[in-house]
Amino acid sequence: MRSQLLFQNLVRSPLTIPAPKPSEAALAELATRVDQTARRRLGRSLAIREVDAGSCNGCELEIHALNNAFYDLERFGFHFVASPRHADVLLVTGPVTVNMREALERTCAATPDPKWVVAVGDCGRDGGVFAGSYACVGGVSAVIPVDLHISGCPPNPLQLLEGLLALLQVQDYGL
Amino acid sequence: MNTTSPLRTLLEAGQRVTEHHPWPRVVVTPELWKTLSEGLVQGSWTLLGLWGEIGWAHLAVWEAPGNFCVTSLRCPEGRFPSVGRRHPPAQRLERALADLVGLQPVDAPDSRPWLDHGRWPLRHPLGSATAPTVPMPPYRFLPAEGESLHQIPVGPVHAGIIEPGHFRFTANGEAVVRLEERLGYVHKGIERLVQGASIAQAARLIGRVSGDSTVAYALAFAQAVEAATATEIPARADWLRALMAELERLANHCGDIGAICNDAAFALMLAHCAVLRELVLRASAACFGHRLLMDCIVPGGVSADLPAEGDHILRALVAEVRRQFSPLIDLYDNTASLQDRTVETGFVKPALIRQFGCGGVIGRAGGRAFDARQTPGYPPYEQLAFEPLLRTESDVNARVWLRIGEVEQSLALIERILDQLPAGPVRGAVNPPSEICEGVALVEGFRGDILVWLRLNADGTVARCHPRDPSWFQWPLLEAAIEGNIVADFPLCNKSFNGSYSGHDL
Repeated sequence: MRSQLLFQNLVRSPLTIPAPKPSEAALAELATRVDQTARRRLGRSLAIREVDAGSCNGCELEIHALNNAFYDLERFGFHFVASPRHADVLLVTGPVTVNMREALERTCAATPDPKWVVAVGDCGRDGGVFAGSYACVGGVSAVIPVDLHISGCPPNPLQLLEGLLALLQVQDYGL
Repeated sequence: MNTTSPLRTLLEAGQRVTEHHPWPRVVVTPELWKTLSEGLVQGSWTLLGLWGEIGWAHLAVWEAPGNFCVTSLRCPEGRFPSVGRRHPPAQRLERALADLVGLQPVDAPDSRPWLDHGRWPLRHPLGSATAPTVPMPPYRFLPAEGESLHQIPVGPVHAGIIEPGHFRFTANGEAVVRLEERLGYVHKGIERLVQGASIAQAARLIGRVSGDSTVAYALAFAQAVEAATATEIPARADWLRALMAELERLANHCGDIGAICNDAAFALMLAHCAVLRELVLRASAACFGHRLLMDCIVPGGVSADLPAEGDHILRALVAEVRRQFSPLIDLYDNTASLQDRTVETGFVKPALIRQFGCGGVIGRAGGRAFDARQTPGYPPYEQLAFEPLLRTESDVNARVWLRIGEVEQSLALIERILDQLPAGPVRGAVNPPSEICEGVALVEGFRGDILVWLRLNADGTVARCHPRDPSWFQWPLLEAAIEGNIVADFPLCNKSFNGSYSGHDL
């Protein structure tokens, strides 16, 4: 059974979609923030540490989808890592809850420089539907500096890819 | 309905609240409240929810086969007799109630805060909502004593792409002696945000209590609003809601089956199941405009009709998932190294499952045949000859097989829904309430039964809404499931539960 499944993958065309163009909006946002040294040191491979700082879990589901055969994030040099110590990029979701604020700050502090912070989802931008709650601080940038926002509720995998590819583009061409 | 049931007889002594639908709500005396608690201990009925508001504690229970009710106790002195004192499933609910509303459970065995980590700018946000005057003492984890024990703290930030929570393991070598969960990290204050919101705003909020169950939450909220306002919805809307609910179940079960196997280091299954999940999400987006179907169910019906090509898209999806799923079942069945990890791992005693009224796959894999689609039931499932699946082994393997069975069942349900889908409008207006009204609903999400209770003001805004996630009665059982297992099997056990953090933390 296993060999049959593996064999089929050899003979049929791949599920993986062609790479999308990086998002123009994301490029514009990044161009003003990325620093030359960071670009030189990170190379064309980025390790991502995902941090749920209060999300409803919708964003996590779509971030997970980036790893499926259709989007295959790793072909672009991105991979998810288990520790902030190994990360170049923090991918942060959610309105930052008051109860997660310290954990997010400590995760950010544990991530070596140079690093990028990408805030995912409408909640990560400004708290989204949860803005104004006693239990939420607000968007990610209310707690740690953010380099890139990817909007959506949740952003679909293509939107996430476009945003992340913009990160690589900035490194490649020094925009 | 059995009108001579012990529960009904008992509640005749209370005072019925007339504006509450469809189940009765009865105001009870402290004595009656204690008798009701004792009924939970005896297993005469099952706890469905325990929540509060200023001056009131509410308890929802289910008595087999089909008696559901909400009971309410006036708490003028800010106290109520603890249900958790004799019935452990109520303990975390009471701790949350004390944190949020400020009502104290008298003689409660565990007085530690639960959702409140001492960081909010105010205490009792659903009660007095005053600024904290003294800092909260550090959280005390339960002790575990003995020779050679060590502790492993995990979280709130976990290694994978998952939600935050803290797990405190006490282990003897590799064997877990005690696991204690500490949750509340993703508490967003949803119940307070909903207060005073319009029905439309509240629907968006409740649809985001737990993103993976957005359909089920939106459905429960819509049903509760419609019950409160005596709103009838078009028949086609009922069928489309069920269609969306089955798509959500299908997508999540596919994802979970793959993820469980992945935690036993069998990545091949994850790769294939993730493709199936993606196919379902794409079909959902093509039919209803959102991959997770957020905001597609609204009070009064559904926000968008199935497009003309929808029938074809979904039938093609069902055929494709069936084609790809069948060899995956064989793969699971024939991989001894995988079954070596799942069989007899993470066993939960069926008695505990019954005591906690644990729903969803975990309950049904442990012999508890409860499914809200059947009991209390809602349209159109009574026309779909629907019977919940059941297993009794109550281990990780049984939970995988239950999900496999439910994937096949959802595929069949989607086909039957498409066959029988009535024509007509898909949305009507919600009757504007002329006075305060209350509604309640119990809906089967992919994770289990979701309870939504609400009260609407006369102006149509939400006065109070309480959504209760199935995870409340599942997280505590994970602590029991892991006992005696090795630390390395925790991810496997945890994934086989797939409890919601966001849904639980609110």
